[in-house]
Amino acid sequence: MKFSEQWLREWVSPALATQALADQITMAGLEVDAIEAVASAFDGVVVAEVVAKAPHPGADKLNVCQVDDGSAEPVQVVCGAPNVAEGQKVPFARVGAVLPGDFKIKKAKLRGVESRGMICSASELGLAEEASEGILVLPGEAPVGEDFRDFLSLDDHTIEVDLTPNRGDCLSVKGMAREVGVLNRLAVTPPAISPVAPAHDETFPVRVEDPEGCPRYLGRLIKGVDVTAETPLWMVERLRRGGIRAIDPVVDVTNYVMLELGQPLHAFDRANLQGAVVVRQAREGERLVLLDGQEITLSDATLVIADERGPLAIAGVMGGEHSGVSAGTRDIFLESAHFSPLAVAGQARAYGLHTDASHRFERGVDPTLAREAAERATALLLAITGGEAGPLVEVVDTDHLPGEREVLLRRARLDQALDKALPAEDVGEILERLGMAVEACEEGWRARVPSWRFDVAIEEDLIEEVARIHGYNRLPARRPQARLSLRPDHEARTPLSRLRRQLVARGYFEAVTYSFVAPELQAALLPEAVSPTLANPISSDLSVMRASLFPGLVRALQYNLNRQQSRVRLFETGLVFRGELEALSQVPMLGALVCGAREPEGWSGGKDKVDFFDLKGDLESLLAMGGEPEAWRFELGEHAALHPGQCARILYRGEEAGWIGTLHPAVRAKLGLKVDALLFEVRLDALTHGKVPAFRPLSRYPEVRRDLAFLVDVDLPVQSLLDTLRAQAGEWLVEAHLFDVYQGKGVPEGRKSVALGLTWQHPSRTLNDDEINQLVDAIVEESRLHLGAELRA
Amino acid sequence: MVRAVPMIVAGEEQPLFPCFFRMRQSKINTSEHQRMDHLPTLVAEARDAIHAADDMAALDELRVRYLGKKGEITALLKGLGKLPAEERPAAGERINQAKQALAEELDERRQTLEKAALEARLAAERIDVTLPGRGQPSGGLHPVTRTLERIEGLFTRIGYDVAVGPEIEDDYHNFEALNIPAHHPARGMADTFYFDASRLLRTHTSPVQVRTMKEAEPPIRIVCPGRVYRSDSDLTHTPMFHQVEGLLVDEDVSFADLKGTIEDFLHAFFERDDLSVRFRPSYFPFTEPSAEVDIQCVMCNGDGCRVCSHSGWLEVMGCGMVHPEVFRHSGIDTERYKGFAFGMGAERLAMLRYGVNDLRLFFDNDLRFLKQFA
Repeated sequence: MKFSEQWLREWVSPALATQALADQITMAGLEVDAIEAVASAFDGVVVAEVVAKAPHPGADKLNVCQVDDGSAEPVQVVCGAPNVAEGQKVPFARVGAVLPGDFKIKKAKLRGVESRGMICSASELGLAEEASEGILVLPGEAPVGEDFRDFLSLDDHTIEVDLTPNRGDCLSVKGMAREVGVLNRLAVTPPAISPVAPAHDETFPVRVEDPEGCPRYLGRLIKGVDVTAETPLWMVERLRRGGIRAIDPVVDVTNYVMLELGQPLHAFDRANLQGAVVVRQAREGERLVLLDGQEITLSDATLVIADERGPLAIAGVMGGEHSGVSAGTRDIFLESAHFSPLAVAGQARAYGLHTDASHRFERGVDPTLAREAAERATALLLAITGGEAGPLVEVVDTDHLPGEREVLLRRARLDQALDKALPAEDVGEILERLGMAVEACEEGWRARVPSWRFDVAIEEDLIEEVARIHGYNRLPARRPQARLSLRPDHEARTPLSRLRRQLVARGYFEAVTYSFVAPELQAALLPEAVSPTLANPISSDLSVMRASLFPGLVRALQYNLNRQQSRVRLFETGLVFRGELEALSQVPMLGALVCGAREPEGWSGGKDKVDFFDLKGDLESLLAMGGEPEAWRFELGEHAALHPGQCARILYRGEEAGWIGTLHPAVRAKLGLKVDALLFEVRLDALTHGKVPAFRPLSRYPEVRRDLAFLVDVDLPVQSLLDTLRAQAGEWLVEAHLFDVYQGKGVPEGRKSVALGLTWQHPSRTLNDDEINQLVDAIVEESRLHLGAELRA
Repeated sequence: MVRAVPMIVAGEEQPLFPCFFRMRQSKINTSEHQRMDHLPTLVAEARDAIHAADDMAALDELRVRYLGKKGEITALLKGLGKLPAEERPAAGERINQAKQALAEELDERRQTLEKAALEARLAAERIDVTLPGRGQPSGGLHPVTRTLERIEGLFTRIGYDVAVGPEIEDDYHNFEALNIPAHHPARGMADTFYFDASRLLRTHTSPVQVRTMKEAEPPIRIVCPGRVYRSDSDLTHTPMFHQVEGLLVDEDVSFADLKGTIEDFLHAFFERDDLSVRFRPSYFPFTEPSAEVDIQCVMCNGDGCRVCSHSGWLEVMGCGMVHPEVFRHSGIDTERYKGFAFGMGAERLAMLRYGVNDLRLFFDNDLRFLKQFA
């Protein structure tokens, strides 16, 4: 909502400077977004009259004018405007004037003729955004010699208020004035509005078929208007200061009244109305060409104004082109109606529209306002365009008008809510100032809500109003009291914050990438992935929900590689989205990506590139945090994004929990990445799952260690050997670890040597060689039988 | 023990032994008297030899030569018996004194050599301690996480729980249950990403509050951090950002409790107890009364700057008392319980806290940016 400060001050003018007034409004919950001077700085411009005009002797397009600017002698000016004419009142910049843009007016000679000043256009004075076609012509009654700024009251501000959706009642100068009056305990003076006596008795039939959507409809025929008349400058200026461009007097007047009183109006060209004006639901598929020229197909949810031929306008949103007022219009039908917020809500948006009218009706327009607005508009129109008004026809269904609401405010609730006992008379006075009829009762107050306050319906609304007018910052503050109660703490769970810190300690930086990614990127990494697609993405490269953390991490890698960062270690945690909407799972994951050197470039080596086992080691350090590393397994797997020979499926308690591997070289090439990258992602629920440590007594008996070296096929996963070994090694095996894997000289082609260290310990006795030997024999035998492993000498 | 040493040069290795050896050979048949007379010379020579010894091996050899079982001093002691009885005590004492003296000399020399050796070793082992350490330097948390954890920490320490929920939400939890029915103008306040008519990306973390209130009995104290989405992208908006919302539901909760909580939080978050906080009436469909919270600009201390648009104030959060309609949707008795809720943008707070001047930096994941929060 944008309006002229001076206009507001005609209604109510507190003794506050502009900024203080704006602060006061802001602190009442009507946030002032901007205060702007209505005209740029200029001076030395006065109202003047063109007393004579003669062609320039040396230029076709120039005229030599004699201008009376109130000084003793007329001033000679050369003027190039096509519309300059004798007898015009014009804004005249005298020699010495400074126009917007620091443009100084000096004495000049134009093609040999002396010119002492300049007749100005609206744009030269900063009053119009577009370049003007000619000079600004002022009304005949403009007093010659008066300072132009005074004449147009240009020492004014536009105040822009960012109104919250509940305060539709403030979408007018009247509404803002009402609020300022309340805040300053000042009476508000509206302009005098009185009914226009009909000059003829012709009416146009109105039929309201949907009284719920339109409980009140007023219309009147105004005959013999001249739409080519000029809208007075003061009105053009007020509209401009309200952010509305002047179009023609009929549109300007309806806009003016909307800005002044808050009631949107519409004018139809009588000549294009057939039969009757009907307010009804649109029929599915009906078409309408709107004022802005676009043709829409209506749905039956839409309330329209129609005649016997079809829809003329979307009720409360926008008129149609065909029935609109044009330069040739002689007779108009003026509409001033109350459409219920529910009838209009969503309609504008459904057609991609947002208009001043729909903005107001959606929020609620005072249902008692229609008549006053119609009379005001009629009077203004007659004054500008001439014509004769007919009787004002009203179709009203009082059952469907918003009923009078009475809301109870209980003293006890108010005191409890604010933790402060405001004096009863203050509370009553605040409510009354807000236009409520207040009645004290045993419990507190009964307040009848004024017709313009659509947002006040329950006790809490009244509490808010009292608090707001009293001032939030004058209310007390205290600390909530609560019973101390311990919160559950699941020790077995590893908090996400610990996992994050573990990765940070291992050199990773945390990334936060968008949850929606480019479909091409996701398809390149996860061709099989199914995830929901946004119906209205901000751009196509942010249109599909990520099914994995890989796309975001890879994009972050690309971003950094493009900025000369060659060593990248990133992780991210967050939801991934898998499946169609109907069977969607939103899975919290933790993912990481590494690329480049194992360690930062330094003096002590470490120039090796990271490899699979670096990343796996980092991951294992996370897996170990749950206290049950044995619950995790890695097995060779296939993942479209990962190198088939360097890719593992990660299992937690036998179920797939994630993937780790080297980015597939083909995928890498497709993405234009020039370096190897390794990634993993694991389900967070598995990572945070763990167990509470369970103590095992320390054995006092000696450990027995045996080292075994096997020759196995190169393709045999060492995990199989470890599994076989553990299965055969008996219950006293306390540790089995791998200490060498070797391929090459001394080992037959196609085989590798795997050396394992096994440690046994009995809790309550010394193990003897025989039993260990038996276990070792069993291991060797089983490995030979099932894995083709031979023990090395 | 006899070694052939070709040259004897003063200051070189083992210079005196061979010479001494030859001397001893020439006196092999003299009487014990003569040998006793020679003691001072022997001691003097030994002393010179000890002083000249420059490693532990040489020193050890000298100890054996003089004081060992077959050493020269030991030999003298053994020869005492050949002296007349009356001379023996005096001679014995002299020999013992000489032995004692040489033992001390040897010990002293050993210590000197050891010390020198240690010093030499230490000198050789000297490193440049200003060289950087080896291994993986640590990384860092994202500033948003850092901020979220900080906010969570402040609230959980006074008894709030952290609650999270899905990001793809339905219309009911994101709007309806929060008193924002279809076509409510407030739907225009947050431009929503939709999947279909009813499924959307949550525009705030309030759905988590709804879900919590449906499941839990008051008293409820939660903070809900998480990603939220709005279809807005320009200098000061990103289509995804993070929010923390808080909810407290209990008996006798008032606007004063809300004010106190918010003021305490902002003072704690910015670590400034003198930070001015003001509450401005506002509107959210799910709270009533509602307020926007402004703090005195932390960049200019309220003097007015670009960050605060020269107003001296910064809008940092929204809050209010839970709307009874929201309670009704969640099945909470509105007569018995009251509650307050608040919400804030984590990026906004992080920007103010760390002086970050561009929102989009949070999602570029530029390492040069992330490293600043390590």
